[in-house]
Amino acid sequence: MSTTRRINLDHSAGKQVDPRVTEAMLPYMNAYCGNPSSLHTLGQEAKRALEDARAKVAALVDAEKKESIIFTSGATESNNLAIKGIAYRYKDRGTRLITSNVEHMSVVNPIKYLSTKGFETLFLPVDKYGFVILEKLEKELTDKTTLVSIVYANGEIGTVEPIQEISKIVHSKGAYLHVDGTAACGQIPIDVKKEGIDLLTVSSNDMYGPKGVGALYVKEGIRLEPQLHGGGQERGIRSGTENLPGIVGFGKAAEIAKNEISKESARLTKLRDRFIDGLLKPIPYSFLNGHPTRRLPDNVSVRYSFIEGESMLLSLDLEGVFASSGSACTAKTLEPSHVLLAIGLKHEEAHGSLMFTLGKENTEEDVDFAVSLMPNIVKRLRAMSPLTPKELNE
Amino acid sequence: MYTQKVMEHFKNPRNMGEISDADGVGTVGNPVCGDLMTIYIKVKDGRLEDIKFKTFGCGSAIATSSMITELAKGKTLEEGLKITRGNVADELGGLPPVKMHCSNLAADALHAAIEDYRKRQKAKEVNK
Repeated sequence: MSTTRRINLDHSAGKQVDPRVTEAMLPYMNAYCGNPSSLHTLGQEAKRALEDARAKVAALVDAEKKESIIFTSGATESNNLAIKGIAYRYKDRGTRLITSNVEHMSVVNPIKYLSTKGFETLFLPVDKYGFVILEKLEKELTDKTTLVSIVYANGEIGTVEPIQEISKIVHSKGAYLHVDGTAACGQIPIDVKKEGIDLLTVSSNDMYGPKGVGALYVKEGIRLEPQLHGGGQERGIRSGTENLPGIVGFGKAAEIAKNEISKESARLTKLRDRFIDGLLKPIPYSFLNGHPTRRLPDNVSVRYSFIEGESMLLSLDLEGVFASSGSACTAKTLEPSHVLLAIGLKHEEAHGSLMFTLGKENTEEDVDFAVSLMPNIVKRLRAMSPLTPKELNE
Repeated sequence: MYTQKVMEHFKNPRNMGEISDADGVGTVGNPVCGDLMTIYIKVKDGRLEDIKFKTFGCGSAIATSSMITELAKGKTLEEGLKITRGNVADELGGLPPVKMHCSNLAADALHAAIEDYRKRQKAKEVNK
């Protein structure tokens, strides 16, 4: 607005597509315009590109074979397909579905929808860091439970769930484990075989691929009730002509992520911790949301008492710094984030949350600049707030 | 999302602060909903001689608080009571629909402050 500076610290909302990805996609919007279902050369070239991308996404999550990857239109569709697909396919075995209180809306809402269709659904509580309470999961699992859906790492507060432990519990009762890997995949290594994941949601844009494409890993032997019926693409599970440029780009993004994950993850973790320190140390009544170490390398979620998140993010925006808030006021609903309430924050604490998500192009200078702005922003808003204790304004 | 006018009031809020010896104080909202505002008024000869605000809330909560102090300053109490939520939003060039209810409480806070002033006056009369 009043500045030409643009520092994106809101990467979970949207990421730049990696230039290597854009380059890989272009031919599939031009010369290689074929349909993978066609038998002629043009179609077969497209088919090869499709399968090549499938292999790359499979490799990123250590899937047993590339056929375990189903391409979708993104994480929301993958989550819907996993949840409704399992619930309906195995409803004769049982109708109990379990998830947690800190899931993305594309998990929460399909589960809520199914609760109106004769399914018995349960949202597990979490502790103050956002970890699913495992004893509660053990207690609530019955042999009528067909699916448990848990996020790999929380996109809002960064907490990485103990998926391997959760998987052991879930499998002890014969249920399937769906994991929403949207925020985590490409950022931290995921091994579906080792971690015992039956279904995994993967998003392209979250790893610098194009928007509008995602995948669902489905372990061999697991069947899904299709949610889109049509020409029978994607083994009949997800009909519709493949979004080939998008899928090729997604494949390239997955390949790059696999090669660069360890270096980038270490870099971001260092940057994240520098950022958190800078945001909290100089300002009283400031707190970290989520766990200090078992968190995503890109996630910085903090809260400041007595003030509200949207007014903080507007103040940052005026300086060309882009962030996000856990407050109602930035969303379409009036309630603050259900994730922040689930970790036990009071409404007014949740309203005072501010979230940053780091990305590839962010540097120490970006983070230090944002840090340098916060004391004055907080001071100004606290001076305006009737909740601020008098001594803080002196 | 916000008009330039809203942002201008957000950046440079008018009449922000407290009046320690206010003649009337009105608080509306709730930190649970994310918006809480307090309006302080000083009344002289039936007019709003001075008015200040304190607000916890989003950009539009701050901008509407600032705007109401501008609209109300110098007006008679009756005129103050006639200022509506709609007037405040219009003067700011409009507010996003989602903000119209939750964050447009400034008129209510002003009305509450005027009611508080009248209540205090009545109490004074009775005690005379």
